[in-house]
Amino acid sequence: MEEIQSLLQGFVIALSLKNVALMFAGIILGVIIGVLPGLGGANGVAILLPLTFTMAQVPGGTTSAIILLSCIYWGALFGGAITSILFNIPGEPWSVATTFDGYPLAQKGRAGEALTAAFTSSFVGALVATIVITFLSPVVAKFALEFGPPEFFAVYLLTFCAFVGMSKEPPFKTIAAMMIGFALAAVGTDPVTGTLRMTFGTTPLLAGFDFLVAVIGLFGIGEILLTLEEGLAFKGASAKLNMKVVLETWRELPKYWLTSIRSSAVGCFMGIVPGGATPASFMSYGIARRFSPDGAKFGSGQVEGVVAPETAAHAAGTSALLPMLTLGVPGSPTAAVLLGGLLIWGLQPGPLLFVEQKDFVWGLIASMYLGNIAGLIVVLTCVPLFAAILRIPFAVIAPIILVICAIGAYTVHNSMFDVWMMIVFGVFGYVFKKLQYPLAPLVLAIVLGDRAEASFRQAMLVSQGEMSVFFSNALVGSLTGLALFLLFWPLLSAALARIRNK
Amino acid sequence: MSEGPDSRPAFGVKTAEIAVALVFLALGAIVVYDSARLGARWAEDGPQTGYFPFYVGLIICAASLVNLVTALAIRPEKDRTFVGVAQLKLVLAVLIPSAVYVALIGWIGIYVASAVFIAFFMRWLGKYPWWKTAAVSIGNSVVFFLIFEVWFKIPLPKGPLENLLGIA
Repeated sequence: MEEIQSLLQGFVIALSLKNVALMFAGIILGVIIGVLPGLGGANGVAILLPLTFTMAQVPGGTTSAIILLSCIYWGALFGGAITSILFNIPGEPWSVATTFDGYPLAQKGRAGEALTAAFTSSFVGALVATIVITFLSPVVAKFALEFGPPEFFAVYLLTFCAFVGMSKEPPFKTIAAMMIGFALAAVGTDPVTGTLRMTFGTTPLLAGFDFLVAVIGLFGIGEILLTLEEGLAFKGASAKLNMKVVLETWRELPKYWLTSIRSSAVGCFMGIVPGGATPASFMSYGIARRFSPDGAKFGSGQVEGVVAPETAAHAAGTSALLPMLTLGVPGSPTAAVLLGGLLIWGLQPGPLLFVEQKDFVWGLIASMYLGNIAGLIVVLTCVPLFAAILRIPFAVIAPIILVICAIGAYTVHNSMFDVWMMIVFGVFGYVFKKLQYPLAPLVLAIVLGDRAEASFRQAMLVSQGEMSVFFSNALVGSLTGLALFLLFWPLLSAALARIRNK
Repeated sequence: MSEGPDSRPAFGVKTAEIAVALVFLALGAIVVYDSARLGARWAEDGPQTGYFPFYVGLIICAASLVNLVTALAIRPEKDRTFVGVAQLKLVLAVLIPSAVYVALIGWIGIYVASAVFIAFFMRWLGKYPWWKTAAVSIGNSVVFFLIFEVWFKIPLPKGPLENLLGIA
């Protein structure tokens, strides 16, 4: 088994003292970020990314940097559950479904049980997804080595069409938001010819719009403005977690093995196709409610109702890294930010990564196993500490978060223009969220815009402008076909529904 | 949302939808215009610079036209509140100081501006006593100074105070 050998090699790298320290630092930072309103996986990683620029320059530094950033991501995934269960505030969009049964449990005084169930099932979901990544990603990468520009463009097309076909938002809003992302990515220097585009003679626009600034503004500032509407005070259940409750809950959890398996499968699938953790958690909650013998009691505080969404959200969040590593197509906004980090450190995400950067890839995969174990230990032992953060009054924590966002936006390019753009993106993020314009495809389009355009133009060059190149062989044809099917799925399903109603 | 004298709507979803669709339409038009200026056709050496963004711009325009029509079709009785007056006040109470804060960064440096910004919030929204306000706001700036300038050696914007102290 070649994978096992590579993985063991990866464990040797990930288990160095420095990397284990970074793992714990990342997890703790990540949980704090996940707990705080306005800071989440995507913008938390975006803000801390500039700190890794120098770290990545030493040999082996990129592995340490990705371990730190991915652990922040795992931490944020764990942190979301704390706020949902104790405060009924989903710290992250994918924890919304956790509030349905988590908060009622906490109100009944069973918060410890709910938290243990949430953390443990998060861990299980992540573990399953990591095993999937370990064995599936080398296969996908080997397969993708044969890809030329038309195939890559077809994969990008599939990614973006999947957003249109699968998101809950109105399809035309999804398309509009996504295309705005592509337009923002096009601003600045043309990657192929070096011509300036859409700068209108202004200097700050020469460098284009950085996706990190967009992420910090859209998710960070936008989220704070939304939180404000809900009022300034958080009221929560108390968080006590002792070993007895943990062990008792663990004894009870194997009962829900079927829910766990189903939720992991839903999560892995939704993470690999760019559906993301949020729909995965809702879908898995819905499935669990339908199939569980206690289905009718869901919503009144069922442990199973916490297990299902948490397992799926973590499985999806973790498996979102699979397409990011193997194809260079991230499955979630946070994976998109990590992909941006790889590009900044000078690594080319995609199938070649598995050939040229073996240490990096397997170090990262090994750190996913270790990071989630570290995460489980940290959250189980430190819940009261993290819950205390949410009791800091808004008048103190809000300006500090805004300051952190401003510093994060500034350090991307050392430019004040970016800080102003962050505020503008923040207002957009607030309005978009309220009007159901999806943010994830917008961010993905900014990150992938240049690469998608380059592969499109290369494909066009090869075919001398014939669109038929996207149907020229079975592989690219089925990718393009599937993409078009997903693109028109909203129309198709509306038509089907109409026929059925007649 | 609380029922009070200030739970009146500031404006409705319909207005917001129309405004966003129009902004998108304008952005799409700018993209199409600039791409056409650069050349969006097929040259001898392949697609021109504006080729890809031109179609992106066209799709933006088309999609926002659909969104605009959908928004215009919302009947007045079905219109919901986009944001209430009280909520809008809260949002602006954070947004405007934030803009002032960003303006201050360029002028007096990020550390002093952050201290002023945090102090303003704690005093004005939180009604904290002066000593607590000062401790948190100044302490925060000192911690960030240590993290960025000393440990990570990432220079952030500085102003007259840092010059005076000789640490700029």
